[in-house]
Amino acid sequence: MTGNAKKFLREAWRMTRDLRHRQTVRTALENNEIARNQRQAAFQDWPAARQAAAETRWEAVNQLDQHLTVFAERIALRGTKVHWASTDMEACQIIARIIQTKGARYVIKSKSMTGEEIRLTQALEVAGFEVVESDLGEFIVQLRHEAPYHPVFPALHLARGEIKELFQRELGDVPSDSPEDLAMAARSVLREKFLAAEVGITGANFAIAETGMISITENEGNARLTATLPKTMITLLGIEKILPRLEDLALLMPVLATAGTGQAMTAYNTLYGGPRQFGENDGPTEFHVVLLDNRRTKILADVEQRDALHCIRCGACLNVCPVFRNVGGHAYGATYSGPIGAVLMPHRRGLPDWKHLSEASTLCGACTEACPVKIDLHHHLLQNRRNAVRKQVSYLEQFRYDVFTSLVNHSLVWSLAKKSAWLAWPLHKIVKGTVLDPVRAWSRARDLPPVPRESFKDWWRTRK
Amino acid sequence: MTERENILGRIREALKTKVPRPGLTDEAPPSSLPPVAGARRWLPAVGGHFKDWVELFSRNSLELQVTFQLLSSSDEMRQALLHLRDAEGWKRVASHSGMLPDAICPVLSLIMLHTDRPYDVHDLARCDVGISECDALIAQTGTVVLSSRRAGGRALSILPPHHVVLARRDQLVPNLPEAFELLKTEYGNDYPSMISFITGPSRTDDIERTLVLGPHGPKKLTVLCV
Amino acid sequence: MVAFASPGFDRMTVTLFIPCFVDALFPRAGIGMVHILERLGHKVVCPAALVCCGQPAFNAGYWEEARPIAAQTLDTLKDAEAVVIGSGSCGAMVKKFYPQLFAKTRREELALQVAARTWEFSDFLVNKLEVTDVNARFPARVTFHDGCQGLRELGLKQPPRTLLAEVRELELVEMSEAEDCCGFGGTFAVKFPMISTAMGEVKCASALETGADYIVSNDASCLLQIQGLLSRQGAKIKTIHLAEVLDQQ
Repeated sequence: MTGNAKKFLREAWRMTRDLRHRQTVRTALENNEIARNQRQAAFQDWPAARQAAAETRWEAVNQLDQHLTVFAERIALRGTKVHWASTDMEACQIIARIIQTKGARYVIKSKSMTGEEIRLTQALEVAGFEVVESDLGEFIVQLRHEAPYHPVFPALHLARGEIKELFQRELGDVPSDSPEDLAMAARSVLREKFLAAEVGITGANFAIAETGMISITENEGNARLTATLPKTMITLLGIEKILPRLEDLALLMPVLATAGTGQAMTAYNTLYGGPRQFGENDGPTEFHVVLLDNRRTKILADVEQRDALHCIRCGACLNVCPVFRNVGGHAYGATYSGPIGAVLMPHRRGLPDWKHLSEASTLCGACTEACPVKIDLHHHLLQNRRNAVRKQVSYLEQFRYDVFTSLVNHSLVWSLAKKSAWLAWPLHKIVKGTVLDPVRAWSRARDLPPVPRESFKDWWRTRK
Repeated sequence: MTERENILGRIREALKTKVPRPGLTDEAPPSSLPPVAGARRWLPAVGGHFKDWVELFSRNSLELQVTFQLLSSSDEMRQALLHLRDAEGWKRVASHSGMLPDAICPVLSLIMLHTDRPYDVHDLARCDVGISECDALIAQTGTVVLSSRRAGGRALSILPPHHVVLARRDQLVPNLPEAFELLKTEYGNDYPSMISFITGPSRTDDIERTLVLGPHGPKKLTVLCV
Repeated sequence: MVAFASPGFDRMTVTLFIPCFVDALFPRAGIGMVHILERLGHKVVCPAALVCCGQPAFNAGYWEEARPIAAQTLDTLKDAEAVVIGSGSCGAMVKKFYPQLFAKTRREELALQVAARTWEFSDFLVNKLEVTDVNARFPARVTFHDGCQGLRELGLKQPPRTLLAEVRELELVEMSEAEDCCGFGGTFAVKFPMISTAMGEVKCASALETGADYIVSNDASCLLQIQGLLSRQGAKIKTIHLAEVLDQQ
């Protein structure tokens, strides 16, 4: 078992034992599910909207070179500098260089999963810049030197008391532990940072080819501030986020909000096409867009799993996943957690080290059902398992399955096997749950049913 | 070869193999309509008349904790603004030049910061309210659509703790597809650098999933429509 | 009530596939299916060579190792008029996954043909035979657990409920987490036992909330998991297979 797999199991043990945590996560996600179901029901035809959203993303991804080219041309025409980065390191270097060239030191960021993916904050801090996360949840976990717990709810795992203590320690006195007071404390600190920041870095949810714009979806308004106050704005964008037409957003924006947070629309959906124009008196004087590959072309080339690039980062699959609900986001130890993470991580960082996430699933299919852009998530997990075996067979497991085949493919052997199980049953009761128990992994927490004396086939045979 | 060429090259190579459209396995018929035309049919229903749109925008505003007032005259709009000024004790106000602000804001008798002229954001940060026009109001979702060109730049509608929108009733459109059509017609090929779809005040539930308004953007959003 | 007396009745030879663990651990479910199908006037055959559908190896990614098992099953079903499988997960294996497993092999066509003639038990009754009332009586309050593969791979939310609705004196109460996975998932249950148990606990709690006497499912592997936890908890609620309920008179 790889180091990652061992770590995952350890975390899973820890998290499933933490009943308070399990309850917090479950309550939060169950409420989210209720809101989501209500919003979907308000649609005149959610299945049709979902099918169209899936087809729009499919169209975008399957004509990616055309749309990317048009996007880059059009946004450049509006005064934006477009950069292309094949790898995570290149993207970090490009961004660091931009900041360096401006002679800047203070950077403020709004939420970007892509930024997490390339470990941008760490890279910039190493390069000597001061980087502040402005999204409230991200700001909190940054102070704790932790990774975000969930793409949409970064601080889901924290109680107000913990956050108050954290703020008292890092920011100064806070009147109380009410979410209102805590949020306002963060607001004033971050307001100062915004006004002092020289560079703002954002992610983006979509890039519109037709009109040369990027689109950012948020609720807090910190991305709007990031795109307004600092003199230089940089947007980091995965190449797969393209949409062909501006009006595709008329469908994708409400679909994203509905599936992700159960809202009709998030508070701010903002389109940016360039730096401040002639006649505008605020906004960045320079705007850069960094287009990132980082193995997206590799996923594109995987014909079976290309649809993973449809992902609009709504978090719906995480929200419904019973595994995620019980172990939480940190256990995955990856930028992308939940079902989409389990599908993507092998592509990003190799199958041997990441196949365990595909194995830690019952393939229940709730994720696939929830995905608003119809990514065939749970079947991809099955494919990952198959690919992992093709790459590296476990001789022990292979042996076990071969033995099983001989048991089931010969009716006489199968009969004998059943009889032996019935005979062994009373013995099992003695060793149940102990080190001697061959099915200890099961019997630690669960009983086994008694093996009946007469199996179905026995009954069928005697009937004749 | 530039990185651009490298990336585009890899994409073209990958796309040599075609992948069928999604949804085939669940027997969903292919989308019969392009996304935006279909969106009219699939998104939540909106009635056919102005009064339905007002009613829906009103209902959505209530849910979003947006204050929405439909007024019958510029005088009523002035009264509404004065009322807010007194209730909230406004000392510093920011706005921009435009048909409605020019007609309505002088009644406040307060020194105004104009964000459509060169200004200092620190001054804007000290303002109690930002008053702007908009491009559209969307009934379907309770959304205000505005741009950096028509709403006094980027910061006016996000920095002060209260954002007041002065709108005209002919700006109320039924749904999202209509709003996008309006933007295309209005701006053609010459889009402003920022267009924002604002649905309610700034909000978060990052702390214990409890709703808090105004973590970064305005805590209050008021829409006055004449 | 019972179809076979009516005109236009087509007596079928139904090949009943009772999968390995149902055969070994839940024979009464299989017996129930035989009784019901025969009462409806059909001939039931259970070839000895039908033991396992091959899903354990398949789900673990060992497709090479799954093929010999699946091939034996497939070949045995070659000439079957109608195949009824007593489990949602095995039904999904044959209907949805055999075509994938045998793609680009000489059994590809056969897999597609057999899939078209295969039904899970409740699906067969309701959608093929168009029978909803099997003259059953089961005076108890029950709640239904939707096995994931039957629910999402085969789309069988309604058929079990349609059948239960016609059982006399039976009261069906839905649990709020009816569609949540029970946590079995085959080898997942022993490879990730802590997560499996946590998921099962959620399911058990949801079922207990309904005040039902029984949890019913059409997937015996789920019942294995749920019953295993309930026994350990010492809970009063019992588990029972759908076919057993429908066989009660």
